[in-house]
Amino acid sequence: MSPWRLAARRFARNRPALTGAVLVAALVLAALLGPLLTADPLAQPNPVRLQNQPPSAAHLLGTDPYSRDILSRTLHGARVSLVVGIGAALLAVTLGAGVGLTAGLAGRRTDQLLMRGVDVALSLPRIVLLLAVFAVWEEAPAAAVVLLIAVTGWFQTSRIVRASVLSLREADFVAAARALGTTGAGIVRRHLLPHVAAPVIVSASLDVGNIILLEAGLSYLGLGVRPPTPTWGNMIMDGKDVLFSAPWVALAPGLALVLTVVAFNLAGDGLRDALDPRAAA
Amino acid sequence: MSGPAPARPPLLEVHDLTVNFSGSDGVARAVDGVDLTVEEGETVGLVGESGCGKSVTALAILRLVEPPGHIAHGSSVRLGGRDLLALGAKEIRAVRGNHVALVFQEPLSALNPVLRIGNQIAEAIRAHEAVTRGTARWRAVEMLTAVGIPDAKRRASAYAHQLSGGMRQRVLLAMALACRPQLLLADEPTTALDVTIQAEILELLDGLQRKLGMAVLLITHNLGIVAERTRRVYVMYAGQIVEEAATEQLFAAPAHPYTEGLLAAIPRLDERRDRLQAIPGQVPPATAWPEGCRFHPRCPHAWAKCGTEMPPLLELTPGHRARCWLVKEPERRKK
Repeated sequence: MSPWRLAARRFARNRPALTGAVLVAALVLAALLGPLLTADPLAQPNPVRLQNQPPSAAHLLGTDPYSRDILSRTLHGARVSLVVGIGAALLAVTLGAGVGLTAGLAGRRTDQLLMRGVDVALSLPRIVLLLAVFAVWEEAPAAAVVLLIAVTGWFQTSRIVRASVLSLREADFVAAARALGTTGAGIVRRHLLPHVAAPVIVSASLDVGNIILLEAGLSYLGLGVRPPTPTWGNMIMDGKDVLFSAPWVALAPGLALVLTVVAFNLAGDGLRDALDPRAAA
Repeated sequence: MSGPAPARPPLLEVHDLTVNFSGSDGVARAVDGVDLTVEEGETVGLVGESGCGKSVTALAILRLVEPPGHIAHGSSVRLGGRDLLALGAKEIRAVRGNHVALVFQEPLSALNPVLRIGNQIAEAIRAHEAVTRGTARWRAVEMLTAVGIPDAKRRASAYAHQLSGGMRQRVLLAMALACRPQLLLADEPTTALDVTIQAEILELLDGLQRKLGMAVLLITHNLGIVAERTRRVYVMYAGQIVEEAATEQLFAAPAHPYTEGLLAAIPRLDERRDRLQAIPGQVPPATAWPEGCRFHPRCPHAWAKCGTEMPPLLELTPGHRARCWLVKEPERRKK
């Protein structure tokens, strides 16, 4: 049986991991379909009389201080969170894998240059960097949020990839492939990437949760994706002032946030256990 | 040169091969001026202790020595008259595996654990021949059958960890021979295997060699294997060839005290011995080869000259040469 099939089987036997994966699938589905079935998240039917309504048949999760439907906004917010979380994680991992491979395969000079650069980058606090950028760039589109989070988040991945490339480079099967005339590109594709893939997938899946939290944090501060576009962060912000009189305003996006992050972390932990049985043992 | 010139150059002709490793504690000359030839279809042994430079020699022939190691200027490696050291990166890659193949000693680690063995062999074929994936896979199965793997079609989709040590070594042979090389560099091909499996693999190698008409440079520290399987032998010590002879000659009348020591160290069935005989001392580190003859600190016959002057390879009889002053002054040999 192939190593990937074995990993899939280990994953399927891991109950928390499976729960996480099902939750992630449900969230993705909700984010895709939900907004089609619910009201316009920007509509303010009656900002005076319908504000901060508790859950009812008309508004299943109630309304916010601007009389907007919270269910609809939460579902739309899921889109932002998932797109930013998954998109930025994928982009960051690709960047990190590229830099890591380059550093591991290129000569000492390039390697040193790249890795010392990564050291410097890791010493800068990411959140402060992002705050500074978005404070200046007020009209940043969602794509820019994804891009900037990715660009500031690939450093660890590049280290992981570089380390495994360095050890794989010395592996006998790589020497054997070279001795049989395999090209450099062939060695990267057939021998290095399949081995590097496992830790990279794990690091990406664990990153998604962190990035979603990071994005929520930025939106809470009014940065990144701007109101009135609903994000869980700015929805929690909207509910902050009415936390005691209308707790549902902040509770819905807050719970959604917790659920999402927990789901991704469970799935990520499960992937790690499945793909690296030695670490789990 | 005396006698009629050979009609064709030898298949492999290594001349003055020197490999240096530059490290923080100086330059290590792991291989120092090695000359060796292999004729077409011939099996030649290269023997010596660990650390004497056997493996580096094999790697250097295919230019696989990795930095900080590098092949020194003035070295030459000719394959059928073509200078391998002068080839471009693409040309040398076309030689590796296609004309000259290398098998390693550790059959488990030389196979990629996440690739099916059939695909790994197919990959070796596709590195040199423009064939479709399907053809390559079909030929891989054929090779697996040729190296005596039963039920090859099914086994081709197995992973390395699912096979026994002997089977893995067969797979490595199949990989190395997939493109029908003219020369196989076999670096301790049986060291990691049980004695019975060793014999099987060597028998298989013999058969394949005859079938494909290829030459084999058999690198080993096992003199028993050398005695049985080779026609000529080179003995290496401290980066140099110290003796070169027809196999029978070497075993009947070793000329270099190091070779004598190696032969004396083999336990024999017809002799009672309480202790195994060993050569005193160890191979010196490559960063600090001794002055003069490199073996003199361990040699029972050494005299003053040995500590100051390095002997050249001196001829005893045609084809039998030894790097030892005793060849010139046999009366100094101690009884």
